[in-house]
Amino acid sequence: MAAKTLTIDGKQISAEEGATVLQAADEAGVKIPTLCHLDGVYDVGACRLCLVEIAGVPKLLPACTTQVAEGMVIHTDSERLRKYRRMTLELLFAERNHVCAVCVANGHCELQSLAYNQGMDHVRYEYNFPKWSVDNTHRLFGMDHNRCILCTRCVRVCWHIEGAGTKNVAGRGGKAHIISDLNMSWGQSYSCTECGKCVQACPTGALFHKGSTAAEMERDRTRLEFLVTAREKKQWITGEE
Amino acid sequence: MSKRIVIDPVTRIEGHAKISIFMDDAGNVSDAEFHVVEFRGFEKFCEGRPYHEMPGITPRICGICPVSHLLASAKAGDAIMAVNIPPAADKLRRLMNLGQLVQSHALSFFHLSAPDFLLGWDTPQPQRNVFGLIAANADLARAGIRLRQFGQEIIEILGGKKIHPAWAVPGGVRNALTEAGRDKIRAWLPEAFATTQVAFNLFKKTLETHKREVQIFGNFSSLFMGLVTEDGTWEHHGGNLRFVDSSGSIIADQLDPQRYFEYIGESVQSSSYLKSPYYSPLGMPDGMYRVGPLARLNVAEQMGVPKADAELKLFKKMGRGAVSSSFLYHYARLIEILASLEYIERYLDDPEMFSDYLRADAGINSLRGVGVSEAPRGTLFHDYTVDRNGLLKKVNLIVATGQNNLAMNQTVAQIARHYVRGNDIPEPMLNRIEHGIRCYDPCLSCSTHAVGQMPMQVRLISADGSVLNETVRG
Repeated sequence: MAAKTLTIDGKQISAEEGATVLQAADEAGVKIPTLCHLDGVYDVGACRLCLVEIAGVPKLLPACTTQVAEGMVIHTDSERLRKYRRMTLELLFAERNHVCAVCVANGHCELQSLAYNQGMDHVRYEYNFPKWSVDNTHRLFGMDHNRCILCTRCVRVCWHIEGAGTKNVAGRGGKAHIISDLNMSWGQSYSCTECGKCVQACPTGALFHKGSTAAEMERDRTRLEFLVTAREKKQWITGEE
Repeated sequence: MSKRIVIDPVTRIEGHAKISIFMDDAGNVSDAEFHVVEFRGFEKFCEGRPYHEMPGITPRICGICPVSHLLASAKAGDAIMAVNIPPAADKLRRLMNLGQLVQSHALSFFHLSAPDFLLGWDTPQPQRNVFGLIAANADLARAGIRLRQFGQEIIEILGGKKIHPAWAVPGGVRNALTEAGRDKIRAWLPEAFATTQVAFNLFKKTLETHKREVQIFGNFSSLFMGLVTEDGTWEHHGGNLRFVDSSGSIIADQLDPQRYFEYIGESVQSSSYLKSPYYSPLGMPDGMYRVGPLARLNVAEQMGVPKADAELKLFKKMGRGAVSSSFLYHYARLIEILASLEYIERYLDDPEMFSDYLRADAGINSLRGVGVSEAPRGTLFHDYTVDRNGLLKKVNLIVATGQNNLAMNQTVAQIARHYVRGNDIPEPMLNRIEHGIRCYDPCLSCSTHAVGQMPMQVRLISADGSVLNETVRG
């Protein structure tokens, strides 16, 4: 495959044709903030945290779904990008009910650590305080819609890695939400194999192991990568000697 | 002309409150009310949450006694799961509760109340606080602060942080004591015992000069309630409930805390956000009962540890039957600190404290669960009703301060009758009335579901509602 040469933050790099800007940056050691991206599943550009500036393109583009091109000049960090990233994060916090102190994912939450890293010390938008419920009907797992940011990682691991297709998105705009099967309670879902991949994929405290209390929900994503590597490359690398 | 005097806010207590004193036409006090003017609402907004999150949420009710809510909440969870938790988990929870009793009682005694009786009622108000205590006796103040720190350290060693640890969970606890933690506690114990002895010496000297306070600061008949073991020994985390009357007679014993609603009623006053529980077989007002250190010592026959037992014997001699003066809550607090230190010392030698079998696992086996624990201020009930998926449908919290509400009203009235005459309100008089409240070490943030500090205001209001005189401070 042909290699493309491009510039990221002043650094001359080369990347494989078809690679995304995010992959190229990652290989070059340039860290771009992400939230909906998850190694092992396809990208959808849902969260807009990985927006970058590309010379000659007036609008900002998501690094995770933009393919590299010859001679591209990319900036991943600027005043404008930082402004938009903070705005995006604040909107995520304002949209639903995120109460870090008592959340099962406190200290292990990607939304929380991104907010810290981006210097978000308050939210300038009015909180929505929507009324969402908790689906605690599943034998093993729970889903708290109050903490969901609609990144759709759970949907993608369920379809792409497990292949069950239990998780879906229903509704539009502020009413969009994750459902199981044809919008039934999770406990009644016929297709769910109880594999727990969605729980491992969730970046916040929205999906959790039942019985978890504050700050107890730590995730292990290495298994998702293990499965994808095993399937695609026929290599079963557990990380253990 | 009849008048109303308002003290607003009450200072050096935990939470926001005010006091109204009602005067009759002759200028004498006819009645007094303690109003809690803050509202927290935990009972309402926890509805819909999974019950296993509650030990993470309810400690946020209070920064002073988060552990009490943590433990009561975890116990309510145990009851919903209908499990017996591993013995090591029970012991570890007890160790944390003992640390909590020490730190909270040290705060009440040294920081909040001692400035009154050690510096004197008539000390100018700007000096009558913990900073005044530091200026007058730096060593004592430091020792008091360190005694509180000792209790906080135990909480941190077990729970990872001093305030709001989410360490106890339905079914047990998250982690055991470490050997490093044990060594730290053990090394600090002698200092904690020594400070407690200093406090005993000071308070006993105080008692010699404060006979009047013992007589009129909440000295009246009431019931007392607290947890006891099967043989009537002082209990703080397990056991069953006992009520004694002011003669010291047991009127109900070994009541199952899970069925508290069969013997505790809750009345509501329009003048306060604080509910007033009462012993329902006797109704209102005879069912008024007190909880907390004074009550626990009145219901207990012994402490179960030698040094505190010796002190309990001396304490019991201060009453005919039960010890009925609320001023002696301070004394009871010191005895509980001593007992806690002795129990802590025992636990340090228990190999089970290092166990790794700490958490029982189960689903929803009961749709209602009550968790009861002795908080520093008195018996705490968390009563949760869940649906079949473990989501909370109803939450009822019966907090120590609420149970002392009726007694606090009566204490304020009793002190006011002794010190208030006519239209003048001298500031030291206000302070004595406030102290009547401080005896109970009330925590209003806990009991109404709001946080903050308390400056104070007293108003003289005539029967037609006009303000005759007003004093504001803070």
